[in-house]
Amino acid sequence: MAVASRSAGASRAEVAVRGLERSFGHVRALRGIDFELGVGDCLAVFGPNGAGKTTLLRVLAGLLRPQRGQVLLGGVPMERADARHRRQVGFIAHYSLLYDGLTAAENLRFYARLYGIDEGASVAERALGSVGLGERASDLVGTFSRGMVQRLAIARALLHGPTVVLLDEPFSGLDQRAAATLRELLLRLRAERRTMVLVTHNIDEGLELATHVAIQVAGRFTEFGPLAGGLADYRARYAGATAARA
Amino acid sequence: MTPVESAERALRRAVPWIATSLALIAAVYVRALAFTPAEAAQGPAQKIFYVHVPSAWVAFLAFGIVGGVSLAYLLRKDPRLDLLAESAAEVGMVFTSVVLVTGPIWGKPIWGTWWTWDARLTLTLFLWFVVLAYLVLRGAVNEPERRARYAAVLGILGALLVPFIYASVYLFRTIHPMPVILRAGGPTLPGAMLATLLFSIAVFTLFFGVLLYYRYSLARLADARADAAAERRDA
Amino acid sequence: MHDLLRVTWAVAAKDVLLEFRSRTAFVSALVFTALVLAIFNFARDPTAVSARDLAPGILWITFTFAGMLGLNRAFALERENRALDGLLLSPASRTAVYLGKVLANLAFVGAVEAVALPLFALFFNVPVLPVLGPLVLVIALATLGFVAVGTLMSSMAVNTRLAELMLPVLLLPFLVPPVTSAVQMTAQLFAGRPFSEALGWLRLLVGYDVIFVAACILFFESTIEE
Repeated sequence: MAVASRSAGASRAEVAVRGLERSFGHVRALRGIDFELGVGDCLAVFGPNGAGKTTLLRVLAGLLRPQRGQVLLGGVPMERADARHRRQVGFIAHYSLLYDGLTAAENLRFYARLYGIDEGASVAERALGSVGLGERASDLVGTFSRGMVQRLAIARALLHGPTVVLLDEPFSGLDQRAAATLRELLLRLRAERRTMVLVTHNIDEGLELATHVAIQVAGRFTEFGPLAGGLADYRARYAGATAARA
Repeated sequence: MTPVESAERALRRAVPWIATSLALIAAVYVRALAFTPAEAAQGPAQKIFYVHVPSAWVAFLAFGIVGGVSLAYLLRKDPRLDLLAESAAEVGMVFTSVVLVTGPIWGKPIWGTWWTWDARLTLTLFLWFVVLAYLVLRGAVNEPERRARYAAVLGILGALLVPFIYASVYLFRTIHPMPVILRAGGPTLPGAMLATLLFSIAVFTLFFGVLLYYRYSLARLADARADAAAERRDA
Repeated sequence: MHDLLRVTWAVAAKDVLLEFRSRTAFVSALVFTALVLAIFNFARDPTAVSARDLAPGILWITFTFAGMLGLNRAFALERENRALDGLLLSPASRTAVYLGKVLANLAFVGAVEAVALPLFALFFNVPVLPVLGPLVLVIALATLGFVAVGTLMSSMAVNTRLAELMLPVLLLPFLVPPVTSAVQMTAQLFAGRPFSEALGWLRLLVGYDVIFVAACILFFESTIEE
């Protein structure tokens, strides 16, 4: 599968990335990433540790500025500190971005205020209900189990109704039940036609959700394209790509 | 020429300049000790003034450079500016320390104590703490881009702080007069002494420039080498 | 503008709520205050050094060091679960985040000062009530100065290898102008001297606040954005 070529001119794709480069000192984490996703696409990014997958997500989320290259959301370049872009993006990681010392409801109400969501209290209440945490609204997040924390983190990430959702190893540390709940939530997101970029080590889960697949090795995509071929096919190619690196 | 080679060449170019500056400093000493009259009240101890005052001037110059270059770095994000700021801070630290050491050496034979809270010396002491904070901060951050950003912010704020510390120290002194042992003299200095002082200031400034260039070139060389090593690893 | 205020208030309220629930920094600050009082009262010879002469200096040492216990906490609490990323992901302006943190820190330090000042008046036998108005003004101005700079410094210190040790190293030189002014003015007030004599220090303090609050607002984004 060929790496997608850079398209000249403006792009109407939901997410477009061009020539992304980012280093940390002499470590070159991203060495030229290009791809495009349409509305409702879900890109699963696989790759060995240290390939720069988290760095890629953080750049897409606006947490890191690239040293070269561009990210475009809906055709509009994402320059730094752009409030409009931040409203479009939701970020779910294996850490929760929540305050253990606040209750679930307080956490969500705080985020509602950060995003300027009207009627934050009722939006927060509904969000809690939608992830099955309605009864635990007044409990401190510090008392939650890992699975509950992850559900709350998803509620937080989706509170402002983002059209692009970024997920950094969301399944890590979850037991089977929690993973199943997460899977359902992600399938629901796909059904809602949100554009997603998912970084995961869990190839099965990733392939189930994905419409597109990329393999990232040493800061570059060695593969990118729509999902085609079977699971075994991908496993073999993935093993090949990571072995070549090592 | 590869970046490593050009950095090595820059370093070698500095060497004759260092030799010249050191020779000139020796010339300053000779002139100060042998060819300049001693000050009436303070005697030979006063001659350290020809090292003390130029070092203070250079320390402030270094401070200003760190502040200005730091601002430039935040605007342009060029890593070379960060290396320049780091070099200026280190060399400036050396000269600030010289001021702090020569001050008491000057004061002791005249007043009998190593330290008084003389206005200028106190000011220099606080500036020494700021440069120290800058260097400690640099040493405590692992990631190069973050280190450069943090150092730049501290450099700018530190430069902004200088006039306020100056004002604090001098306002304190007008209310609580302290012995002023380190009298520079200023425009009332007789001709020969003024000439020596100006000569010394010029030489010290030259020496500072040379040291700065050398230190900066060392930093560029280390950077070029690390870059080359990283490229070999990735290839 | 409305957004800025809303976010500033949200961040400040969240920080105050978190500190109120855990109380660790506040209790440490009170313990520190009590320690300082005890040591200075029992360790000095009452006939040799008058309490009134020592009081302004000791008061400000207490305020600043107790204040640093709170300042350390300001960004440390954003480290758990990487909550700071949550703030940065949102469209909230970085300036609003900074101001919210400053506000929360002011509340913290203000609370410590409100407890410490009456205790000092009592134990050092200094006439606080007659000069309460000007004294509160001096305390407010100096506290604003050192909290503004301290908040910025703590945003950097929290990401260094030395963390809690780093903050005093970074901050102490910056405390010289505001704390010197505050100590001098406090001493003059306690000595019953007319406030007009302290105008030089007041100008210095106000100038410091204006310049450094503006500079910290300007440069905060550089410490937090990658």
